[in-house]
Amino acid sequence: MQSVVSPTSPPKRSFLYDPNVRGIFYQVLLICVVGYLFYMAATNVVENLQRAKIASGFGFLDVTAGFDISQTLVPFSAAGSTYRDAFIVGLLNTLIVSAIGIVFATILGFTIGIARLSTNWMVAKVAMVYVELLRNIPLLLQLLFWYIAVLGPLPQPRDSFQLGAGFFLNSRGLFMPRPVYGADIWAVVAAFAIGIVGTVLFRRYAKRQQEATGRQYRVGFVSLALIIGLPVATWIVLALASVNPVSFDMPQKGTFNLRGGMQILPEFVALLVGLVTYTAAFIAEVVRAGILAVSKGQTEAANSLGLKSGQTLRLVVIPQAMRVIIPPLTSQYLNLTKNSSLAVAVGYPDLVQVFMGTVLNQTGQAVEVVMITMGVYLTISLVTSFVMNIYNRRVAIVER
Amino acid sequence: MNTAVDVSRFVRTEKIEALPPPKLARGPIAWVRENLFSSPINTALTLAVAYLLFVLIPPILDFLFFNAVWTGTDRAACRAETAGHPVGACWAFVVSKINFFTYGSYPAEERWRVNIFFVLLAIGVAWLLWLRAPRRDLGAVYFFWLFPIASYVLLTGGNVDIGLRAWLLFATIGVVFMAAIGFAAFMLKTSVRSAVLVAAGIVAVLGVTLALLDWDWGLEPVPTSRWGGILVTLLVATVGIVFSLPFGILLALGRRSKLPILRMASVIFIEFVRGVPLITVLIMANTMLPLFLPPDVTVDRLTRPLVGVAFFASAYMAEVVRGGLQAMPKGQYEGAMSLGLNYPQMMVLIILPQALRIVIPGIVNTFIGLFKDTSLVSVVGIFDLVKTIEASRIDPNWAAPTISYTGYAFAALFYFIFCWGMSRYSLGVERRLAAGHKR
Amino acid sequence: MKKAIASIAFGLMAASFVATGASAQATLASVKQKGYLTCGSNTGLAGFGLPDAQGNWTGLDVEFCRAIAAAIFDDPTKVRFIPLSAKDRFTALQSGEVDVLSRNSTVTMSRDTQLGLDFPAVNYFDGQGFMVRKKLGISSAKELNGASICTQQGTTTELNLADYFRANNMKYEVVAFATSDETFKAYDAGRCDAFTTDASGLYSERLRASNPDDHIVLPEIISKEPLGPAVRHGDNQWGDIVRWTHNAMLDAEELGVTKANVDQMKGSDNPEIKRLLGTEGKFGEAVGLTNDWAYRIVKHVGNYGESFERNVGEGSKLKIKRGLNAQWTKGGLQYGLPVR
Repeated sequence: MQSVVSPTSPPKRSFLYDPNVRGIFYQVLLICVVGYLFYMAATNVVENLQRAKIASGFGFLDVTAGFDISQTLVPFSAAGSTYRDAFIVGLLNTLIVSAIGIVFATILGFTIGIARLSTNWMVAKVAMVYVELLRNIPLLLQLLFWYIAVLGPLPQPRDSFQLGAGFFLNSRGLFMPRPVYGADIWAVVAAFAIGIVGTVLFRRYAKRQQEATGRQYRVGFVSLALIIGLPVATWIVLALASVNPVSFDMPQKGTFNLRGGMQILPEFVALLVGLVTYTAAFIAEVVRAGILAVSKGQTEAANSLGLKSGQTLRLVVIPQAMRVIIPPLTSQYLNLTKNSSLAVAVGYPDLVQVFMGTVLNQTGQAVEVVMITMGVYLTISLVTSFVMNIYNRRVAIVER
Repeated sequence: MNTAVDVSRFVRTEKIEALPPPKLARGPIAWVRENLFSSPINTALTLAVAYLLFVLIPPILDFLFFNAVWTGTDRAACRAETAGHPVGACWAFVVSKINFFTYGSYPAEERWRVNIFFVLLAIGVAWLLWLRAPRRDLGAVYFFWLFPIASYVLLTGGNVDIGLRAWLLFATIGVVFMAAIGFAAFMLKTSVRSAVLVAAGIVAVLGVTLALLDWDWGLEPVPTSRWGGILVTLLVATVGIVFSLPFGILLALGRRSKLPILRMASVIFIEFVRGVPLITVLIMANTMLPLFLPPDVTVDRLTRPLVGVAFFASAYMAEVVRGGLQAMPKGQYEGAMSLGLNYPQMMVLIILPQALRIVIPGIVNTFIGLFKDTSLVSVVGIFDLVKTIEASRIDPNWAAPTISYTGYAFAALFYFIFCWGMSRYSLGVERRLAAGHKR
Repeated sequence: MKKAIASIAFGLMAASFVATGASAQATLASVKQKGYLTCGSNTGLAGFGLPDAQGNWTGLDVEFCRAIAAAIFDDPTKVRFIPLSAKDRFTALQSGEVDVLSRNSTVTMSRDTQLGLDFPAVNYFDGQGFMVRKKLGISSAKELNGASICTQQGTTTELNLADYFRANNMKYEVVAFATSDETFKAYDAGRCDAFTTDASGLYSERLRASNPDDHIVLPEIISKEPLGPAVRHGDNQWGDIVRWTHNAMLDAEELGVTKANVDQMKGSDNPEIKRLLGTEGKFGEAVGLTNDWAYRIVKHVGNYGESFERNVGEGSKLKIKRGLNAQWTKGGLQYGLPVR
């Protein structure tokens, strides 16, 4: 379209054509528009709050809550606790269900992901059906299902299932003995620590020996014996010496409910089962993709070295697959944490249910409550991705 | 110069026995042996899974089909003690409530309008998803412009009644806008005429849109509080996709832009939305949106979660589109620039058509997620499919032990059909694209 | 093109879904201009506010809105009901989304003074109670020590519950849900020993149990819950209309004016009836209505007693006794202020 410009005479055109000028113009425009929107929103909020006579600021956190919560990891009572305590209770409940959920979802997800690639036709197909079914149904629906599936068949407390050893199951949850630690618990803890240190040392030794002589040690068994056996042995010795480090508070039958002991709420179980089975389906796909990303030659080479299929998986495939698996796996963990907010549908007192539900309703301070809640999730997300980025940089293949 | 470092490594010295020759590998028996019973562990696994299926499948089939109740008018049909046999799923309940599940409490005599909406939606989706459909560009215009207007008029009854003052305001703004564009073109020494024509086109499209909404079509107005069920579920999903795709593309372009402030704004928006659960976004839309607006403006209760879902989906869509933009070889950008195309031309004509094409599977997957997430609007009190089921299953007329399971099975089936269908589609496209790349 | 589409989309959104509300001008004027009343109602509480499958609303609170519409338009159908959860109800009223909130809301000082609301009347005197299964064999709330109790979060109920158990030095396990539906479902499924809400709500929810006869309502009333309609603070004329709609319905009952005999009563010589039905004096015009405003209410909706019996009393499935809601002449608290 345009004539060729000779290099000696640079084109003299309006400065409006300068991309830098334009860039600045667009950005100034953006700042103006966004700034105006924020300004409008802020003034409206202030005006609306004043008109509705809603208080603002974070002073409400120190006000006495006045309501009770069913599951509290830290002491909480309607009389003495503040909205801040309610926030902490909710946050801890979110974190505990997420943490336990992540552990189980990982185990189940890896199992199913590997099962999908199994040479056993039946195993592979069942795993596939599981993944397709769970992935394509909304989590909310699954949680509602689990809640009635958990609650439905369970008896009233008077007719609790007695599972023996102080375990009871009824529609109020699973009741079990609560350990009460004595003064001598330090011995057991110390034995546990020794077990861990011993395991690490033994592993190093075994590896060195294997490299030198080819002899393989049963590392797994020895580790198990050290980590579990040692503390148990210590405990038994202490118990025989009649200084019992742990006693148990057994659940007792009361008028309505069982008293004492530890109680796991059905809401918690329903939420946990729902989150684990749902997330496991996604993790399975991540794992499968990761394993498939390891080139077939690696497996064949491992086979030709005489490694058994379990060893191939453990020593060759999974370590390489982990590089591909870790980033999407992290985002699944984050998804699980965020999805735990669906607790509100089954009445589990997580952060959203307690803080964005009850506290928001009682105080009416929507802006502050929403900001705090979103801030918490955002912080969890950002910290996790930050840590993952560091990890990623470490494990990434350094290419020339 | 590290040659032949002496590292002690184990080398086997004695020879091990050769493995026996492989067995016959053909025929059904060989297949079974190979795939199910190749080793003791495999045999054990097969037996374990077979036992699991034996335990699980018959009760599920019994529940869904053999013991299911298909006809009935109230709970007597679905209670074992009155029906006289073990009762599985109570499909009669779904049959009797199906209108509520589909339309909510949309007035019965106006439900044909909802049916037309379903048909229009199906046409739009098919047009866009079928890669070899004729005139897919028209399809885009239909889906992103005509269809939303038609749906709005159909479902609410249209007749927004904008008023003369608003029309005058619109005309004034239109003229000012055209003048501004013309002036800008004059300053830039390009064709003023074509610039004004483009501006006039935009104003005309907006004007036609407003006119269509303003026009009294003679339809009975139906307030959104009466909408419900599958109608609302599909509506939320549709609004999500109609808004999230264009907005997501803009965000992705913003994130890839060289302009620092634009990039930062996009990144902040995307990361913020992706870092919080949808429920908090919905609750925020529900409780805070009214606070952000001037006191004399109220937002419809259904619109609030729609805005929340649209923003939420945009952030996820932006990341998918960004993946496509990053996957484009640099040569495409350089080629476009060397042809003298400016940024909008380069993006609209060269990069986006290719980038969007390769991320179709990603877009569809995002849409599957969005479709499942629409169920969350029930938590903020919108009567979507899940909420209608929740409301129906406590109807005392239908109080029976299996009602809840039946309702959930129905909803699960509905979501599964849609989501699984979409995931098959996305797999198909992926395979086609992969085939294209191999050549 | 994409940008154009996006801008159109936003234009559409802004233009179509956003409607200007009412708070800028007087509520009565805006209601008359719209041609209908918007009424915030319960999402579904039998006897008080409940839509049937066709979307027709019935209930005591619903009929109160119909009475207002009848007084303004002489047509009780000119009402649009917006179902509101406990969470959203006050913001919906504050933002002008609804003209009046008639949704069994408890009148409390903080709500009256801090939320920018006014409660012109109390149309149902209630109190919080408990429902339990018969087979538990208890007859008093004092026996609930150690029980699991289902309640709805974000209500005064939840706070009263904590207070009551603390005051009586009893322990309990609370299970709180976001909506009344979920709460009752959980109780019905056996998650809790007791279910608590306003006594009227207990009777209403009991109808939804799989077997209503398996449940009893305990006699203790642990709180005062005066339920009434709410309007925005500051529009006194509108508040007057709501207040006098309620009083007209009470006066009509006290004077024996019913839906059936209201035309006949118009010819009555009783000066009180004459003033009420607008044949004497200009009481309606003073609040921006016509003088036969109360006649319209009784003609279309009926008096308070009729509405009560039809929706929650003996004529309904709830079978609630008048109790505190009887006329003051019969030992109740409902005391119609005189039209004079």
